[in-house]
Parts: sequence; C-alpha cells; structure tokens
Amino acid sequence: MTALATVTTASFAYALRHGDDNLILAQRLGEWISRAPELESDIALGNIAIDHLGVARTLLTYAGELEGAGRDEDTLAMGRTERQFTNLLLVEQPNGDFAATMARQLFVDAYQVGLWEALTSSADATLAGAAGKAIKEASYHLRHSSAWVVRLGDGTEESHRRMQTAVDGLWRFTAEMVTPDDVDDEMLSVGVGADLAALRTPWNERVGAVLDEATLAMPDAAFARLGGRNGLHTEHLGHLLGEMQWMQRTYPGMSW
Amino acid sequence: MDQTERFQAIVDAEEKIEPTDWMPEEYRKSLIRQIAQHAHSEIIGMQPEGNWISRAPTLKRKAILMAKVQDEAGHGLYLYSAAETLGISRDEMLRLLHTGRHKYSSIFNYPTLSWADMGAIGWLVDGAAITNQVMLTRSSYGPYARAMVRICKEESFHQRQGYEIMLTLCRGSAEQRAMAQDALDRWWWPSLMMFGPHDTASTHTEQSMAWKIKRISNDELRQQFVDMTVPQADYLGLTMPDPDMRFDEETGHYRFGEIDWDEFWAVVKGDGPMNRERIAAKNRAWDEGAWVREAAAAHAAKHAAAARRSA
Ligand SMILES: [Fe+2]
Ligand SMILES: [Fe+2]
Repeated sequence: MTALATVTTASFAYALRHGDDNLILAQRLGEWISRAPELESDIALGNIAIDHLGVARTLLTYAGELEGAGRDEDTLAMGRTERQFTNLLLVEQPNGDFAATMARQLFVDAYQVGLWEALTSSADATLAGAAGKAIKEASYHLRHSSAWVVRLGDGTEESHRRMQTAVDGLWRFTAEMVTPDDVDDEMLSVGVGADLAALRTPWNERVGAVLDEATLAMPDAAFARLGGRNGLHTEHLGHLLGEMQWMQRTYPGMSW
Repeated sequence: MDQTERFQAIVDAEEKIEPTDWMPEEYRKSLIRQIAQHAHSEIIGMQPEGNWISRAPTLKRKAILMAKVQDEAGHGLYLYSAAETLGISRDEMLRLLHTGRHKYSSIFNYPTLSWADMGAIGWLVDGAAITNQVMLTRSSYGPYARAMVRICKEESFHQRQGYEIMLTLCRGSAEQRAMAQDALDRWWWPSLMMFGPHDTASTHTEQSMAWKIKRISNDELRQQFVDMTVPQADYLGLTMPDPDMRFDEETGHYRFGEIDWDEFWAVVKGDGPMNRERIAAKNRAWDEGAWVREAAAAHAAKHAAAARRSA
C-alpha cells in the first residue's frame, strides 16, 4: 500500500470512529426520551442526544466521502455489523439508572471537550469545522452532566450510593478514550488527529474536580477494558444495532 | 357593575384575563381542566412516537423525530406553567394524571405499529390538534392564549413533516404504500374522535363559548379537518377508510360516515388499546425518578443552608 493510501484509510477510520461514538451515544440517550425523572430532564437528554446525532451525521457523511466507495451516513450506520463498528465501549453501555447515564455522560463530555478543542486546529478543515461546532455543545453537555453528578453525589444517601456505584462500574471503560492506537498515531503524525495521551491529565483533572465536589471517590482500579476501536465490543452493541438497523434490514434498498 | 359583570365585559371586549384578575371559580376550574388535559396530552403523546426513535429508518428521520418528541415535551412544559398561574402545582396535576383522575387525549391510547404511523400521526394527529388549537390562540385567558401561539407554530411544522413522511412512502415501493394505507386506516377514525362528542352530546359547550375558552363547536372543527384532509389523502393516492365519504357539491363540504361512539366512550373510560400501558409507563418513569428528584431537592436545600450560614 502506498503512503497516501494508508493516510486515506486512516482518515476514513478516524472520521468513522468519532462518528460511531456519537451515533451510539445518541441512540442510547434517545432511549431516555419520555422516561426521564422529570420533564426538564426529558428535554435536556433529548437536546444532548440531538447534538450527538448531529455530530455523528457530519462525521459519518465525511467518512463516506473519504472512503469514496459511495457509502453515505445511512449506509454506514445501518449497513455495518457489530465487528465493523469502531465506537468506544463506554458509549454502548446500557443506560442503567439516571446515575449511570450521568456518569457515562460526564466521562464522555470531559473527553470530548478536550478532543474537540484539539481538533479545532486539525489540518483537516472539515474535521476542524465539525470540532469548532461540537466544542460549544460539548461544553454545555459537560456543565449539565457535572451538575447532575454533583447533585446526586452530594444529595441523599441513596443518590450518593447510586452515583458511586455508577462511577465505579463504568471506570474500566474510561482509559480507552485516551489510549491511542495506530490510526491515532498516523493521524497525529500528519497534523490531523488529536494527541490522546495529552488529553489524559486534563481529563483526570476535570473529572476529579467534579467527583470531589460531589463527595465521590475516584476509583483507583487500573484495569482498562479496550477493544472498541478494533470492533471487539461488549455484548450490548449487537442488541442496540438490531434495533437501530431493523427498518433498513427488513426493507432493504428503499428511501424513507 | 359587579365583579362577574366586569369579568364578562373584559371577555366580551376580546381583552385578556390575566392571572391576577378576578375570575369566576367555575372559569378557573374549567381552564385548569382544559389546560392540564392539554399538557398531559403533550406528555403522554411522547410515548407512541418515542416508540420509534430507536428504529427510525434513517439518521435524518431519527433527528427529526427526536426533535419533534422534544417539542412536545416543551409544549407540556409551557402548558403546565400556564395552568400553574391558575393556582395548581405541576406536581398536583401530575398526581391527578398518574392516578387516572385527569384525562389526556384518547388518540394516544392507540399503538404505533409501523414507521408509517410516524407519518400518520404528524399528518392527522398534529393536523387535528392544530384545527382545534388555532382558536385557542384567542382564548380569553392570557397565559393560555400566548402559550398556544408558539405551540401552534410548532404543530404546523410537525404536520408538514408527517405529511412528508407519508408522501415519501406513497412514492416508494408497493410495500411502503401498503404501510401508509394501513396507517391511514388505523388513525383516521381516532383522529376524527379527537374533536369530541357531537355538539348535541357535548356538555360544557355553551358556557365555554360565552367565556371564550372555546370558540368553535366540535362538529364544525371536525368538518374543517375533514375538508382539509381529504384532498391531501387524494394527493397521496390513499383511500379514505370510510365508504360514506363523498363530496357534497351543494355545500362544498365532504360528507362522512358516523363515528363509532361505542369505541369513543370505551377509550375515554379507560378501555382503549393502550390506556393501561400509557399510564403504567408514565408512573414507572415517575417512580423510578423519585430518588433523583429527592436528591436534587436535598442538594439544593444543603446549599441554601450553606449560603445562609456564610451570609
Ligand atoms: Fe404538541
Ligand atoms: Fe406536535
């Protein structure tokens, strides 16, 4: 393979993985709509889901263009199997209770604020443009999830217990966000991608400050569950895709 | 002029009654019932459409549907706020809904069984809602009238989006056209029922007209809706599920068959296809969220106390 072909393949993989993260997270958040603890949360979670879906659409469309094989956002979203999805394991984790959803969201938001910030200066103008828009949304998302983690951590005894359980339960999925692989290295070397290793400390500080204010303990477990970027998922993703892709699988080749 | 006469004079002059104005107790009660029922309908209405968010056929349709369901939550929020100006709390209204003492629109007691139902609901249900609600933008009660102006704008947007889903299906494959026809067959009669009983069978109407919290009768609104919708169905190439439907040259109106009033009353009284499921789902979400609301209140109280101590 020529060097140019490698870069193109890596560019496709890069846009795709970030598109996948946002798509799968939006699908999960959408499950909350009409089931939230109060009307304001229905609206907030809906807003956040719509933002993530918007980012996903931009990035999947772009991934399709980079690939140049005629796949659009829907072909990519509805036509791939579990092993072909490259999202982080964290975003596919089930919603659980409101504490688990807020812990997942805090972890993702604290990561995405750093990621989009770094990508605003990407050599790839499309990525930089998408990041410039996404960073505003991610900052709002982070304020929302931080406020809830603090409220629940420093609320009642029950909410404290649930919030700590949620943080502990999802912790093993957080290192994956800031663990670079070959695609990340390649994209970083050509000035397109973010330096994930450099996002680690700010992420720890952001999340640490929130957990602290929430009177929650930061887990010290070192075990990191990886695999999403290689399509090695938890058992949850297949069910999510089964539902998300149901229409296109049942009625192939139609426009909607 | 006494209070009652002064109140009626304001209403007759097409001016607005505001929360601090004196109003007859019956006016207040009717409005609370009307606005709360409307708010509850917006909220319960999130369920049948929410049922298809995870399965929307394309990402664009998913985004539109999410935004629509979210608009409905927003409508619920403004309407609860409008009702609160009459001296009832949102918690109390929700309690009345959860215990079955407050009603919501019966249309949401029907299940959504295919993607085409997202088209049919936007087109017919939001369409019928607009037909009903345009007159409410001129309600004599200021906060309700103002909430309705914003809501009506969004509802007409929803209606266009729903019709566009139907249009896409009707221009698609035979399977898609069949899906669209099936949705029309299932949603048509319940949509007509949204306008309520015949004028001859409707209670409250006369007083509501005098108070200008209703301005056009159920049967007139239903006729407006039919006249607007039948040509739209023709354009889609769909068949109205009513053998008695015909255009009356003399009056310029479509004549239609009789609604199944037994079904109408059964659904109103709780025996519709989804009444129990809708309320159970609402109660489940509310109960499962109790610890979250308690935590938010406890956190706010702690911080208020801390702020007082440091002040
Ligand atoms: Fe609405
Ligand atoms: Fe609507």
